[in-house]
Amino acid sequence: MEITIIAETNENGIHPVTAQMVAASSSLGSKPTILCPGGIGSDSAASIDGVGAVIGVEGDCFSSFDGGAWASALNSAISGGTVFTASTPNGREMAARIAAARGVPVVQDVTGVSSGITVSRPIYSGKAMEEVSVSGDCVLSIRPNAFSPSGSGGSASISTVNHSSDVSVTVMEAIAKASERLDVSDADIVISGGRGMGNIDNWAELEAVADQIGAAVGASRAVVDEWGLSHSIQVGQTGKVVTPTLYIAVGISGAIQHLAGMRSSKFIVAINKDADAPIFGVADYGIVANWEDALPALKDALSSL
Amino acid sequence: MDIAVLIKYVPDTTAKISISGGRVDESSVSKWSISPFDEYALEAALGMKDSAGATVIAVTCGPSRSEKGLRDAAAVGADSLVHIVVDDLMTLDSTKIQGLLAGAVKHTGADVVFCGKQAADTNSGSTGPGVAELIGAACVTNASEISHDGSSFGVLRPASNGSERVSVQTPCVIAFDKTSTELRRPNVKGIMMAKKKPIESMDSGSLGVDVSGSTAQINSQSPPAEKAPGQMFDGAESVREVVQKLRNEAKVL
Ligand SMILES: Cc1cc2nc3c(=O)[nH]c(=O)nc-3n(C[C@H](O)[C@H](O)[C@H](O)COP(=O)(O)OP(=O)(O)OC[C@H]3O[C@@H](n4cnc5c(N)ncnc54)[C@H](O)[C@@H]3O)c2cc1C
Ligand SMILES: Nc1ncnc2c1ncn2[C@@H]1O[C@H](COP(=O)(O)O)[C@@H](O)[C@H]1O
Repeated sequence: MEITIIAETNENGIHPVTAQMVAASSSLGSKPTILCPGGIGSDSAASIDGVGAVIGVEGDCFSSFDGGAWASALNSAISGGTVFTASTPNGREMAARIAAARGVPVVQDVTGVSSGITVSRPIYSGKAMEEVSVSGDCVLSIRPNAFSPSGSGGSASISTVNHSSDVSVTVMEAIAKASERLDVSDADIVISGGRGMGNIDNWAELEAVADQIGAAVGASRAVVDEWGLSHSIQVGQTGKVVTPTLYIAVGISGAIQHLAGMRSSKFIVAINKDADAPIFGVADYGIVANWEDALPALKDALSSL
Repeated sequence: MDIAVLIKYVPDTTAKISISGGRVDESSVSKWSISPFDEYALEAALGMKDSAGATVIAVTCGPSRSEKGLRDAAAVGADSLVHIVVDDLMTLDSTKIQGLLAGAVKHTGADVVFCGKQAADTNSGSTGPGVAELIGAACVTNASEISHDGSSFGVLRPASNGSERVSVQTPCVIAFDKTSTELRRPNVKGIMMAKKKPIESMDSGSLGVDVSGSTAQINSQSPPAEKAPGQMFDGAESVREVVQKLRNEAKVL
């Protein structure tokens, strides 16, 4: 079957989800074509195992993100079949645009595919799963970390085409992140704090542990709202949905809206003084303790690894 | 300026989701609400009404219960209400629903559309950009702040290395994330007025939108996979052991 993948890229190159999308295509028996918006990351894309061809799509519109312009330019380079994007904010926007332009269905946040095509995806923030079958062409966005990536060692051919489109979203001002911390959506390890941390003055203790292991710092909505932390670090239904390898929840009760954002993490550790806290229901390792004792112990244990 | 706000009436985020016969059992949902991000979209539109005299048109697509969502929107200040009647949204794929919403937006004449970044049931985030494609408009998603300046909007959205303020011309669709604006609550007068507000009712026939022939079907909905109970440890003394296990057993450190 014919699959075109839109590479997920940023100014630093290609995002790991791209190799995961290739693996998903391979499981459907396809040697996909990868389109690289603005030509970014073509070399890395070509080195992913199992890729049929790489096309760098170049045009003025790719200098900053305008989903309408990007989708229209990329769509000109797609001949037909099934299209994969990454289930990231930009990827989802392009998926919806390309599907609407082609008049085909779109299914977002796909975590499983099988031939036919049948796809599965979480709905109601993970409170249920849905299986959808599609009989013709469609656009799917693939959730990061849901598929193990294809290896590298491939050497697909690279070509370049020129397609652009009118831009109607222009960047007026770039605002750098307040901290140099990793984004919770990208990090392999996320350590999150909740109201049980007492007050904002204690936050530095959480950050210190995060820095030790290169983790991103997340938070429950309670502390984002009450302590004025950035909404960009909120995990949950009205924050970010994260799927890191390791999620450590400290002083978080585990309200259903918080679980919605982190329950698909590969491995979950919870530290809470209340043995009945619902967070322990999703934890692989639950530690019943006060953070005042547990965080210093964690720091010690990590430093002696 | 006419702003169409797309609001979806969904199971409240606190509601338990149960499954019966391979489908989410809607009849067992204890509470329905306007989807959380749509509330921020509505609030932003009401802010434009206060500051720039915009007219706010609330549009929903769904079964008869969705009228309550429109009334809730009217109670806080929506000026007019449009209901696209679809008895079971699950029979239509997202692209078809976008077709209906785009048809209704065209019908209202609005050239600005506000919606949520994703609905609490589908969690898709398809509708804003999809409607934009169908009405030939620009789209900005994940908006957390908005300002208006003549024929353009300034919107704050996330970027790979922080955030950025972008400018977008009308016609446009803005899909909202949570904003820092406090949501207004209805007062008694608002609730009384909302009860009397007429609702314009339409369907695919009156909109002239073809929704037949969907090639995507829901096979089944199911509860999430049960997770095996985890291991419990007592006291900070156990932290060292847990870290060892993370390294040797879980192999995640
Ligand atoms: C529409 C809607 C959307 C929402 N979206 C989100 C969302 O996206 N993300 C989110 O997180 N929430 C969300 N919420 C809020 C959610 O319902 C909870 O209120 C919130 O998650 C609670 O945060 P918390 O766990 O930090 O606080 P609490 O529930 O107050 O829990 C604090 C925990 O800390 C423990 N504790 C106290 N002291 C200590 C100590 N010394 N050491 C260790 N543990 C201690 C306590 O036992 C308790 O379990 C949403 C709510 C609604 C209605
Ligand atoms: N049936 C509907 N009626 C009204 N608005 C909708 C409907 N479906 C989606 N929307 C709007 O589109 C947003 C994104 O929905 P979704 O693409 O399903 O995640 C929602 O937050 C609503 O603002």
